[in-house]
Amino acid sequence: MQYIELLYIVSTVLLIVGLRKLSSPSTARNGNVIAALGMGSAILVSIFSPMANDQGNLLYIFGAIAVGSVIGMVYSKKVEMTGIPELVSVFNGFGGACAVSIAILEAYKFDASSTIGLMGTTYMALFIGGVAFTGSLIAYGKLAGKVKDWKSGISSYFNLVWLALCLGLIVYQVANPSAYEYLPIIILVVSLIYGLSFVWPIGGADMPVVISLLNALTGIAAALAGMVYGNMVMLLGGVLVGSSGAILTILMCQAMNRSLINVVVGGFGASATSVA
Amino acid sequence: MFEILDYLKDHVLMINLLIITIYLGFEIISKVPTVLHTPLMSGSNAISGIVIIGAIILVRQADSSDYLTLVLGAVGIVLGTINVVGGHAVTNRMLEMFKKK
Repeated sequence: MQYIELLYIVSTVLLIVGLRKLSSPSTARNGNVIAALGMGSAILVSIFSPMANDQGNLLYIFGAIAVGSVIGMVYSKKVEMTGIPELVSVFNGFGGACAVSIAILEAYKFDASSTIGLMGTTYMALFIGGVAFTGSLIAYGKLAGKVKDWKSGISSYFNLVWLALCLGLIVYQVANPSAYEYLPIIILVVSLIYGLSFVWPIGGADMPVVISLLNALTGIAAALAGMVYGNMVMLLGGVLVGSSGAILTILMCQAMNRSLINVVVGGFGASATSVA
Repeated sequence: MFEILDYLKDHVLMINLLIITIYLGFEIISKVPTVLHTPLMSGSNAISGIVIIGAIILVRQADSSDYLTLVLGAVGIVLGTINVVGGHAVTNRMLEMFKKK
């Protein structure tokens, strides 16, 4: 069992090959299967690999995986073809929420020996995962017609100020880790609100691009969490999704003849001014 | 400031890998045809569920009386599994539709 971690390398290769095959039409289905195998083997290794301070808790792990698998299968079978983009958005939001749940728990484990790098990485995972979570839920709501478009002239200024607040709080917390006990929770709430205010002013027609962008963010959150745990599969898989997701977002904008800035700041399909 | 530099110095290998993988991600995707945009987004969304591994490690290391970590960690695993399993299943459905065309 002690060599089981070597299988992580196999998982990484499967993820890379799967993503490559997903991006050409004739091999896309195989690519999805290969990526799924890579995921499965990575999860198995993470459950069975030897670990310091291992407490077992396998009942919780297998129970949670069983519940999640059933929910995931049921909804992906049940959804109408036209509803797939909004379901993808919800799934992406759940990935972000998973990053949030681990980052907030890790944040409360810090002590005097924790390095600035470790704390900064964890809080960035918390922030980016939180934005991906609430942002994806708004994107879902817009696609499903449950959230109406709304934009006011000040929303882009509000977002800039709010982003500065998020990053400022993180810097303060990393510099003074034990100043306020509740600051990690406040950072979490502020990040979740930023996800809402970031996506809300963007027009419903641009949601596919936004979902792709939020998907890239979830990947980056996963990569940051991977740095926290020193886990190579998480790091490489997350970075792969982050970088390929960023390029995909730009390609999707180009397909609509717009620039990414125009989509994010322009809101409401204000395509008249786009020069992309 | 030096603490940040120390952190970077201790993770040189990781940072190198990071840069190579970023470039790899760019290269893999750069020639994707427009029809595959949505399936690819869905497929890479499933891969971003890899964050579930963090939740599994967290629960494995949690003390058996630390119910906050166990419960919140288990919720994280449930959400991550939905992302992974649902993501791959829905991507497969989308690509099935392609085949019939």
